[in-house]
Amino acid sequence: MSADPITPVLTKRWLSPQSWRLSTYEKLEGYTAIRKALAGTPEQLVQLVKDAGLRGRGGAGFPAGVKWSFMPPNEDKPHYLVINADEGEPGTCKDIPLMMADPHSLIEGCVIAAYAMRSHHCFIYVRGEALHCIRRLNAAVREAYEAGYLGKNILGSGFDLDITVHAGAGAYICGEETALLDSLEGRRGQPRLKPPFPAAAGLYAAPTTVNNVETIASVPFIVNGGADWFRQMGSEKSPGPKIFSISGHVERPGQYEAPLGTTLRELLELCGGMKDGIPLKFWTPGGSSTPLFTAEHLDVPLDFEGAAEAGSMLGTTAVQVFNETVSVPWAVMKWTQFYEHESCGKCTPCREGTYWLAQILERMVAGRGTEEDIDTLLDVCDNILGRSFCALGDGAVSPITSGIKYFRDEFLALCEDNRAKQELVGAQA
Amino acid sequence: MTTPSETPRPGPRPAKQTFAAAGEDVDVMAISPVQEEGMLTDDRPASPFDDDIVAKARELAARYPQSRSALLPMLHLVQSVEGYVSQEGVAFCADQLGLSEAEVSAVVTFYTMYKRRPCGEHLVSVCTNTLCAALGGDAIYQRLQEHLGSDGKPLGHEEVAGTPGEPGSIMLEHAECLAACDLGPVLQVNYEYYDNQTPEKAVELVDALRRGEKPAPSRGAPLSDFKSVERQLAGFFPEDTDAFRADVDGPSQAVETLRGAQLAADRGWTAPALPDDVPLPEVEHK
Repeated sequence: MSADPITPVLTKRWLSPQSWRLSTYEKLEGYTAIRKALAGTPEQLVQLVKDAGLRGRGGAGFPAGVKWSFMPPNEDKPHYLVINADEGEPGTCKDIPLMMADPHSLIEGCVIAAYAMRSHHCFIYVRGEALHCIRRLNAAVREAYEAGYLGKNILGSGFDLDITVHAGAGAYICGEETALLDSLEGRRGQPRLKPPFPAAAGLYAAPTTVNNVETIASVPFIVNGGADWFRQMGSEKSPGPKIFSISGHVERPGQYEAPLGTTLRELLELCGGMKDGIPLKFWTPGGSSTPLFTAEHLDVPLDFEGAAEAGSMLGTTAVQVFNETVSVPWAVMKWTQFYEHESCGKCTPCREGTYWLAQILERMVAGRGTEEDIDTLLDVCDNILGRSFCALGDGAVSPITSGIKYFRDEFLALCEDNRAKQELVGAQA
Repeated sequence: MTTPSETPRPGPRPAKQTFAAAGEDVDVMAISPVQEEGMLTDDRPASPFDDDIVAKARELAARYPQSRSALLPMLHLVQSVEGYVSQEGVAFCADQLGLSEAEVSAVVTFYTMYKRRPCGEHLVSVCTNTLCAALGGDAIYQRLQEHLGSDGKPLGHEEVAGTPGEPGSIMLEHAECLAACDLGPVLQVNYEYYDNQTPEKAVELVDALRRGEKPAPSRGAPLSDFKSVERQLAGFFPEDTDAFRADVDGPSQAVETLRGAQLAADRGWTAPALPDDVPLPEVEHK
């Protein structure tokens, strides 16, 4: 049996009036999974999440249950659960609407995940610019404490949990989990060398798990529905529903929660097709750090395997759609300026590389490029990819290498324009 | 063994000490590279941080297992008082958390939300990342730069139109992706969302702000000002329940946000039904 084109799970309460309130949440099966989870053992919950095949929704797709199982079974040191709500990857806009619309689903997920990992303090690190989410989360946490879903001896289970909502201060790099931990410790948000991984030495050097908002918000549904139910959506290796955020030159941009493995062709049908009928030129499957796709890739199944096999990555399923009116070198330049600005400066390849990449691209877009610049760009990219400290560097080269791979002619045209102008000047002289 | 001298702290005191060593016949003010008011007087300017702020700072430090974690919220608190992070603000946080001013400065300069120059009553942030830019974000930013500029000079990034802190003053900035791509081009005023903008709408909006009006955001709480929202970012919300609820219940259900859910409702599409009473998996006890 195949699932419907849209499978609202995380988004199913969003249409309800004041969906963010505890009273609404409780009316719509909210805080039922927590009772079931707290009646079980942490091991059972870890096993359940493994069985469900839930993969991290923050971009990397690491199996959440496996990540949870890395946490030590003893409690020699305090354990921490940290929620990565620092949504900032260009194109990505799923966690912010989720936290605005249904903050209690995240909180319920936090209680279950914290119980499974024997943590008694959870931090939700929210991007500072997402002020309205911070408000809603604070209000929801307050409501949850008053109702006994947080605090000491939750629902008489003997389990204690405190949640602290923490506002960031504007740094994309803090979405990288170890940079996030440094930032949460009150430092510059710079990534740490791994290993040790956070499960061994994370926040305050104690065992820590960092999970994305959408991942954790999925957990209450898995607890209630079970692994088999979850696996009725999506593919074998990438099960479950996923919020696809469709933006750009489409008729009806928005949030569409569909099974993993849905293709862009299907998504375009849902959102009314290309805006004003102007043909598709390029798109990102999951934010700007995932290599570009073109109209050739309309039928690539958007799950972790499908996107990777086609030469990109699923990322955050932030589908940014650009039509024929947009210049690829210009778009690539804008993204590169973003990475240059957001590079934390810790490692040389990324700090210096993004700086030079932006300079070259700016020159090319201004019409002063040469053919040699294309080789220089690729050479610099080659020196960043796999050689930088964290994934920011890898992400920074994605738009450039994929842009040149599919649209080399456009980069060349910039250079040829340049040559034509020079000849003109020469003719006049 | 020599006694280590105390690490000099920037500010009026070391400046005074330095110049005192220069001898009486030197006109220290004339040769000073900086002309800071009160530089040679005994008392530092009165701390802008009153007892209430000190109490809040202590509360923040107590929220975390290790007090240094309170630094980011505390810097937001500093901005809620001063409208930016001044050197006094850096010293205040350093004092509260037992850090050096260098450690605090390192953090302040890393994050874009900490302003090193006085902000306007409002902060207007225009997304100029690729997608918003392609949909008109660059044009909006450029138009606002020109519109808010003076003497034929466009207003630059993080520059203020009007007198900082005065009613109607506006700091303009270009922002990276504001995570509202389905609603682009977007801008934020004091971090409240104004969705689906055009250059014309944006000009109308900043004109209203300059007149002292507070147009409602598309998504977010009723518009206040930069300092008030910084207090919320520090983790302090209105004490009055009704005022807090009014903020929290500010709109968020944009058409775009709900599109998928609405389409599913219209077409009768659902996720597979949740089965009843699925037991948790059995696991072996180790």
